[in-house]
Amino acid sequence: MAMNAQSKFVSRDALSEFLAELSARFRVWAPRREGMEGAGAVMYRPFDQAAGVELDKKPTESAKRVLFPPAEALFRFRRETDGGLSLESPPDPGPTLIFGLPPCDARGFLIFDPVYAGSGTAGRAQDTYYLRRRSKTVLIARACSRVLSTCFCHWVGGGPAGSEGADVLALEADDGFVLEAVTPAGAELLEGKALRPAGDKAVKAAEQSRASAQKNMLPAPGISEAPEALRRRFDDAPFWRDEAAHCLSCGACTYLCPTCYCFNMTDEGAGTSGIRLRSWDACMAPLFTLEASGHNPRPDKAARLKNRIGHKFSYYPSLHGQRFACVGCGRCIKSCPSGVDIRRVVTDALGRETASAGAVPGKEKRHA
Amino acid sequence: MHDTPAARPGHDGSAPNPYLPQIATVSEVITETHNIKSFRLRLDDEEARRNFSFEPGQLGQLSLFGAGEATFVINSPPTRKEYLQFSVMRAGEVTSALHGLKPGDKIGLRAPLGNAFPYNKLKGKNLVFIGGGIGMAPMRTLLLYMLDKRKDYGDITLLYGARTPQDLSYAQDREDWLKRKDMRTVLTIDAPAEGWEHKVGLIPNVLTELAPSPENTVAVTCGPPIMIKFTLQALEKLGFQPEQIITTLEKRMKCGIGICGRCNIGDKYVCIDGPVFTYAQLKNMVNEL
Ligand code: SF4
Ligand code: SF4
Ligand code: FES
Repeated sequence: MAMNAQSKFVSRDALSEFLAELSARFRVWAPRREGMEGAGAVMYRPFDQAAGVELDKKPTESAKRVLFPPAEALFRFRRETDGGLSLESPPDPGPTLIFGLPPCDARGFLIFDPVYAGSGTAGRAQDTYYLRRRSKTVLIARACSRVLSTCFCHWVGGGPAGSEGADVLALEADDGFVLEAVTPAGAELLEGKALRPAGDKAVKAAEQSRASAQKNMLPAPGISEAPEALRRRFDDAPFWRDEAAHCLSCGACTYLCPTCYCFNMTDEGAGTSGIRLRSWDACMAPLFTLEASGHNPRPDKAARLKNRIGHKFSYYPSLHGQRFACVGCGRCIKSCPSGVDIRRVVTDALGRETASAGAVPGKEKRHA
Repeated sequence: MHDTPAARPGHDGSAPNPYLPQIATVSEVITETHNIKSFRLRLDDEEARRNFSFEPGQLGQLSLFGAGEATFVINSPPTRKEYLQFSVMRAGEVTSALHGLKPGDKIGLRAPLGNAFPYNKLKGKNLVFIGGGIGMAPMRTLLLYMLDKRKDYGDITLLYGARTPQDLSYAQDREDWLKRKDMRTVLTIDAPAEGWEHKVGLIPNVLTELAPSPENTVAVTCGPPIMIKFTLQALEKLGFQPEQIITTLEKRMKCGIGICGRCNIGDKYVCIDGPVFTYAQLKNMVNEL
């Protein structure tokens, strides 16, 4: 969206005031640096004026926890003294706002949406928990003025200043941010008193930061053939053994990923009362698909990596309008303790017709 | 590669909570084998009971609050409305806890889930049912349904096998099936046993010996993976085309509604696209059973 009359400016100094103003209407979440000064991870937390907001370092985790909590009670069960049983659903969530998420995180929710809304097939169930939060949440994304070597949003349809999925896009300008409305809900947020109209100088600086991040990205390889290539690769066991050779099955990749939406359901508490808990789960975990009989359709890490990559770059696109279920945030690359790089797996799958045909030019050859 | 995203999905408050089970009461517990019990349930809410409908082959999630949920096929047919039956093999924490249920106990139920056997398309066809072990449970639903609508279907053959005579479930049904003149029932066990008057041998071998004709016939099979593998081979040798073979898959499931991401085989989700698949469909899916 182009700059328009609606654009506003907020200085870094006034940011806290703006967020405090929004806090009267929303439960505001923003990235915050945790732990020792300068050393901790950047996590999404309920906004706290005293703790401030971290907008310069990319959040270590994705913003998914706001709409999809790591653990949430689906209901509480209680056994009554007369032998009856009652189930109680949690209260409705209130209006929520996420401030300062990078564009890839805003797009991440677009991957959740069709799955959790049961789109596609008539009569599909809707995830009422996610959808209730989703319909009451607005997103103020902030464009990335610096890109990391692990960022590849532009491979998968995004960009460092992309506004898709956001309600407002904040662009760095001088000592503050130019705020552009992307949706009507976003325009409404820009009526706050802490904001002033963006002047020409700020608008120009914002345009510059929009352009500069994009310039820093290396050309993206075309990966539109990935769905088909991965399907063809399915039975290429040596390929997958190779790609997964160093994986530790720790699941860090899935936990930090803005589009990994798998979950588990377990009961906590017994006796007279307790809760049914929904918690994040990971297809990289060895027991994820273990059946009661002892049979495991994905018995090794190669099968599990194949599913994770296959889901993001083949199965999901085939079900949901060819959109990849990866927004290129690079967190899984940055945080993998053993150097598994999803970009390399995808390009390898595209590049080598058979495992024995050798590596793509410029790639490390791992099949001697 | 990208479509414009659809409008942000909302929630108008009318969609039901798909994770909230209905409360049911156990009306009867049948001990089938040393590790299989069948439970008959009735939904507590009268209106829910009246409105409950399902098709043969569909699944249910049983909840034992405090232990968790597990997935089972509804193995009583929709033609018998007094109760819903589930057969539970003791294999893990939840199933062990379920085995402790007594008549009168409360339980949660989310059902029906998943697709069903194509019982309408099967009208006028001959049927060969091939069930191994606990795999007889989904067969039972369709078989009883067809026996209740007997004139809609052609010849019915049942081949039901287990390791030993003591591992065969549904004793009452079996007695009835063996007596009936309008179906053929063949029972088999893996190795000879004292007093056993039926076949001895692995299911695929007995099937080959029975040699049912594929002419206007559909085979429905369910059982442990290894049995299925050799049964499919035997059926193909007998001339059954992949479209003439139907099976129902077991997978570890959680949500049962295509969201939690646990039960996929490539881009198919067993909980919503299955559990019933033809062999032709399976051949088109990625090889990850
Ligand atoms: S973060 Fe790396 S090591 Fe850990 S499961 Fe993911 S790919 Fe494997
Ligand atoms: S797969 Fe990796 S790069 Fe893609 S969205 Fe998930 S964490 Fe980011
Ligand atoms: S059981 Fe959750 S997706 Fe099938």
